[in-house]
Amino acid sequence: MAGKRTVLNRYRLRLRRKRLLWRAFRSRRDLTPVADRTASVTQEQILLFSTVRNEMMRLPWFMKHYRALGVGHFIFVDNDSDDGTAEWLAGQPDTSVWATASGYRAARFGMDWLTSLQRRFAPGHWTLTVDADELLIYPGHDNCPLPDFVKRLERFNQKAMGAIMLDLYPKGRPDEHTYLPEQNPLDVLPWFDAWGYQVQRQARMGNLWLQGGPRARCFFADDPARAPTLNKIPLVRWDRAFVYVNSTHNALPAWLNETWKSHGGVAASGVLLHTKFLPGTAERAAQEKARREHFQQPEAFDAYYDALIRGTDMWEPGSARYTCWRQMVDLGLMSELR
Amino acid sequence: MSLGVVMLVHTAFDRAEEVARHWRASGCPVVIHVDKSVPRPVYDAFVSALSDLADVSFSRRFRCEWGTWGIVAATQAASEQILQAHPGVRHVYLASGSCLPLRPVKELIDYLAARPRTDFIESATTADVPWTVGGLNAERFTLRFPFSWRRQRWLFDRYVSLQRRVRFRRRIPAGLVPHLGSQWWCLTRQTLTAILQDPSRADIERYFRRVWIPDESYFQTMARQYSTHIESRSLTLSKFDYQGKPHIFYDDHLQLLRRSDCFVARKIWPHAQRLYDAFLTDAESAMSKTEPNPGKIDRIFAKAVDRRVFGRTGLYMQSRFPRDDWDSGVTASPYSVFQGFTELFENFEPWLARATGARVHGHLFAPAGAEFADNQTSINGALSNSAVLRDYNPEFFLTNLLWNTRGERQCFQFGPGDTQSVNWRIAKDPNAQISVISGAWAIPLFRSNASFADLRQKAATLQKTESEHLNVLRSAWTKARVRIWTMAEFIEAPMEPLQTVLDEIGAGETRRLAEAPRMVDLRGFGQFLQNLKNQGMHPHLMGDFPVDDLPAHQPPGRAAPRPYLVR
Repeated sequence: MAGKRTVLNRYRLRLRRKRLLWRAFRSRRDLTPVADRTASVTQEQILLFSTVRNEMMRLPWFMKHYRALGVGHFIFVDNDSDDGTAEWLAGQPDTSVWATASGYRAARFGMDWLTSLQRRFAPGHWTLTVDADELLIYPGHDNCPLPDFVKRLERFNQKAMGAIMLDLYPKGRPDEHTYLPEQNPLDVLPWFDAWGYQVQRQARMGNLWLQGGPRARCFFADDPARAPTLNKIPLVRWDRAFVYVNSTHNALPAWLNETWKSHGGVAASGVLLHTKFLPGTAERAAQEKARREHFQQPEAFDAYYDALIRGTDMWEPGSARYTCWRQMVDLGLMSELR
Repeated sequence: MSLGVVMLVHTAFDRAEEVARHWRASGCPVVIHVDKSVPRPVYDAFVSALSDLADVSFSRRFRCEWGTWGIVAATQAASEQILQAHPGVRHVYLASGSCLPLRPVKELIDYLAARPRTDFIESATTADVPWTVGGLNAERFTLRFPFSWRRQRWLFDRYVSLQRRVRFRRRIPAGLVPHLGSQWWCLTRQTLTAILQDPSRADIERYFRRVWIPDESYFQTMARQYSTHIESRSLTLSKFDYQGKPHIFYDDHLQLLRRSDCFVARKIWPHAQRLYDAFLTDAESAMSKTEPNPGKIDRIFAKAVDRRVFGRTGLYMQSRFPRDDWDSGVTASPYSVFQGFTELFENFEPWLARATGARVHGHLFAPAGAEFADNQTSINGALSNSAVLRDYNPEFFLTNLLWNTRGERQCFQFGPGDTQSVNWRIAKDPNAQISVISGAWAIPLFRSNASFADLRQKAATLQKTESEHLNVLRSAWTKARVRIWTMAEFIEAPMEPLQTVLDEIGAGETRRLAEAPRMVDLRGFGQFLQNLKNQGMHPHLMGDFPVDDLPAHQPPGRAAPRPYLVR
């Protein structure tokens, strides 16, 4: 059930998709190539797309993680970093980098830029679209690299895979800890909420809407409707007609959002380990609050930013400690294909 | 050498090469058939890769489309070739490129040498097999199938229905009894040559060419004609998933395959490096004489298929979101809802917890916030008692609670004063056990000190709400186990219903209740109801109470008549 089946709704979504593609097409002018190694991309490779800004702390482990999963080529858009992110990325052999100084919010939170690059390079490839603070895991990721895993998905006719964004947090305030680049973020952030996630279906585009986790618990207890959206569709076998709508939470055409089974069965899904709460959270929150480049209505989230800046201990006795992907399957946070 | 191998290959040539070398290393001659649709250069590369091996040859190529005659033709040609070229071969094993020997080939050879006259071919009459997916059973043999199921599905379906409409039936060649079975067999030279040299082979072939999936029936039927001793089972372990596609084995099936004690398994995922590493190193292991035992892993597979088709009941996540009315259950485990019990009994919750060992919550849907057991503010940390969070999505509050406490029976109180938004969800849930003492909401009013006008108002609202809820519980869509007593009916003999409810919860043992919960003092309750009536508000849900004092108002206990068990 990909969205409401009325002709009118389908036509609206089609127009919307076309408009988003057009926006992406126009945004190509914002991008200047820093390092373009896309000529080396081969047919079977998995591509990863990401927009980054000042991510030097997270990128070394990020690259290590996704290389280990078998990502073949990384395509980054650097949005005006001043900590050397662009230069560092440009020095990586399997990476292409574009730079832009334009507004993040004006470019649909970077999606316009990525869409234009995806339309150029991704058709026919299995494509990952993630942020620098998101580490994808899936059932068997430790001995079944992505190129094999996507073949399994294809066998089950799955053309996209959903994942829940799992907020990891430390015990104590984030800034009490230290994190060294290239260190596994899980050493610092081993805790997560094992449950309490809720799912609704959004009729218009037919995607699920997952909410919950420590941020909903600590920052949005009075207004759960505003709690962060946790559903994502990071892994898609790309086609030039595809476009992400709201971050990677949903996509068009609407059938892409059908990442689940409605008749009691189950599809494969993964988990995006969210490393937002590494040390430095407060500083970053202060910057983001001032820049006003995040969220549709940044004003409504001032209290959230203030709480982040103050630093909140999200840990509580019920918190669970991350061990491995099997734990995620047991808890029902992700599902395997057998 | 007594065992020859026929391999049908159409893809994953590097794996096929490894397996061919493995067969060859134990001295088995191998004849390989490569699908005609494989491009010439690929075929040539494959042939030259194996050119260093003696006794590995390639047979005439046929186009092998699933469900068509080509596969049988390929098997025939390759079998003829191997029988002719290797007179020492006594058994021919039919394998595919994605088959993997699980036990040392020597063990298979010894096994067959000990059974020189036995044909291992799964072969059953159509009436007896439940395997066929898609409804074509006996009709495989009585209709004609000239169209490809894969490429010309529309024509295929139309032609089948046309033949059904005109009652077309093919004549089965005289003497043949159609049999079905796994495509992968191991036949003796005697049987195989008899099949291949059948005097009427041309006629029989003409018949089987238009049979649906002849590779599962040609040899299976013919072997019945000639074999002296058929063991109706395949030596190749192969599983089918719920769609009828062959199940694929991955790295994580390593231990499972080891335990199966089968000689050969299919299909193996070409990228399952660990499986190939583990099984193709022909260990000099002690010869085990164990019989193949695919049954060992059948159960595990049945479970996996179930899990894929039905998922894990009660789990809602980004890849599982059953629709409301999906009747395999909305919650993860059975639970109990009690309505009116805490009102009638003073110490009901602790008593119930003692009697059943279950986790007993208060009113989970109380307007002020969920009343978790032991006054906890959250369950396992993540599910808070905040009314805002709960009412944001009450159905998920419930399914979440039950998913995350599975293994421990959950009980909670409910009443007309609570949020009513989950009534339908609970009523339609087969896991729910709902016990209602209707009208018990009047007891707190009766015992309260509020002004009568307010009480009257409140009573009217509560009665209306409960009455609507009872309508839900009595509706035709209700799947929960529902028991409703009026209050008058209940206090007549309270132990009997309590015992029934508890027995249903009871973890195995049925205990006679040692102690009863303490009933509140109901003296004057009849008068209270009468007062409401006098004010124009007619309470009817509690049944008929006499205006004067109740005869059975005294608390039941040791003095009360012994309850009898209802089983």
